[in-house]
Amino acid sequence: MRILNVWTHMRRSPYQTLAAVVTMFLTMLLAGLFFLATIFSSLVLQYFEGKPQITVFFADKATVTDADSLKKTLESTGKVASLKYVSKDDALAIYRQQNKNDPLLLEMVTADILPASLEVSATDPNYLRDLDPIIRKAQGVEEVVFQKDVVDSLLRWTHAVRWVGGILVGLLSLNSILIVMTIIGMKIALKKDEIEILKLVGASPWYIQTPFIVEGGLYGTLGAIVSWMIIMGVMLWLRPMLMGFLGMIPLISTIFGSLTTWAFAGVAGGFLLFLGLVGFLLGSIGSFVALSRYLKF
Amino acid sequence: MIRFDNVSKQFSGHTSALSDITVEIKDGEFVFLIGPSGAGKTTFLRLLIRDTVSTKGVIHIDDWNISTLPSSKIYLLRRKVGTVFQDFKLLTDRTVFENVALGLEILGKNSKDISTRVLDVIELVGLADKRNSFPLQLSAGEMQRTGIARAIVGGPSILLADEPTGNLDPQTSWDILDILKEIQKIGTTIIMATHNVNVVNELKRRTITLNKGRIVRDEEKGKYHVTIHEKGKKEHADS
Repeated sequence: MRILNVWTHMRRSPYQTLAAVVTMFLTMLLAGLFFLATIFSSLVLQYFEGKPQITVFFADKATVTDADSLKKTLESTGKVASLKYVSKDDALAIYRQQNKNDPLLLEMVTADILPASLEVSATDPNYLRDLDPIIRKAQGVEEVVFQKDVVDSLLRWTHAVRWVGGILVGLLSLNSILIVMTIIGMKIALKKDEIEILKLVGASPWYIQTPFIVEGGLYGTLGAIVSWMIIMGVMLWLRPMLMGFLGMIPLISTIFGSLTTWAFAGVAGGFLLFLGLVGFLLGSIGSFVALSRYLKF
Repeated sequence: MIRFDNVSKQFSGHTSALSDITVEIKDGEFVFLIGPSGAGKTTFLRLLIRDTVSTKGVIHIDDWNISTLPSSKIYLLRRKVGTVFQDFKLLTDRTVFENVALGLEILGKNSKDISTRVLDVIELVGLADKRNSFPLQLSAGEMQRTGIARAIVGGPSILLADEPTGNLDPQTSWDILDILKEIQKIGTTIIMATHNVNVVNELKRRTITLNKGRIVRDEEKGKYHVTIHEKGKKEHADS
């Protein structure tokens, strides 16, 4: 009954409610987007960290003998944990598997344009420096990619995204708390007489404060639900592109591969719950600050 | 039992509202608190619900020293001591039933218990046919009955009434007094601050007379003694 009263009070001051919900929505939208960006970047990082430490790409004119020769040289150092040769045909097979849902991309690529490669993992990452000159001097080598470089580059980007996102979300959260605090403060002032009566008849501080805390929390939850709907809409819209870029990551392909799976429903529901809880918490904090500032017992 | 031990109350920058009050009120007593305006009657009642704090002395209600009661526990005291206000203090956006139910909602009672008890109390104060009316649709007497119903619905052991008949016509005042007498019969201690000469003189209950913050008279079956100050004001008004 008291929760229904909260809803009535929110409806009686629609502009204040709208201001609070819109602010909360913006905060939760940005928080949700940066949260997803962090999750995706972590998955991408994990994917690259699990890849071979060095990938050696051979020139088109290089032969299988060149690759075998390099394999033998590397094995003779005793510093190599694994070696895997990926021929042009193997590369095409991998490419086809990754892009099986995009016929246009499949049509445009043939084995000729994909390079053969050798995937190298060292027994100790410190040996990579010793192996580098050997690989670069080898016959037929066109390019050497160190996964460490890729991972370091991704890490830098991820850190930057986290910092910028963290600061923006932090500032918007502060702004949301201040706006909820102001609105709840105004409501406390408007209900001054009612609060006074409640105090005089023996209402506990918790009884008086709860509706205000719930009201603040509801602003956050409503904002979170709207932001979730927008984010999910954007994700669904971007899904083909997402699968194109990140489809090779097993978790992402499991979740976004089909929208009718429990995995997708679970992630979408979990994300809604997460945003809803964070929104409720933010709104409640705003109410708590207002109550401690404007309501003395 | 209520006990004031050498209680004084001084508001900042003003003279004492109460000075060195020592008095004891037994359980189940009906006590009138009389005296001219500014005598300290309301301060006396406000001290009992910790709406203000004494500057000196100790106030006990049963085993509770309410002078040192922590702020976080004041609501427990106010559940024990019901209060009826001269200005009713009703919530205008709630019906009679809802205003009275408030006294039980704050105790966390379930809606079935609330409904049963509230209807009983509304019946007791004679407002059964007005239970769905809002305060602005009621007469002053009906509003005061609602205030009384709210104050007693939680079953307080003490009922304070600050000028409950102050805004009412004589007949309605007597109706209110009848209700208070009924409440006393079930063992509730009643302390009523009033200016109503007829009520005090007719009922012949214990009467504590305050003047300038001091107890000047405490009689078992007291009468309303008009003070020189009040007499002067009355004569001035008559002329």
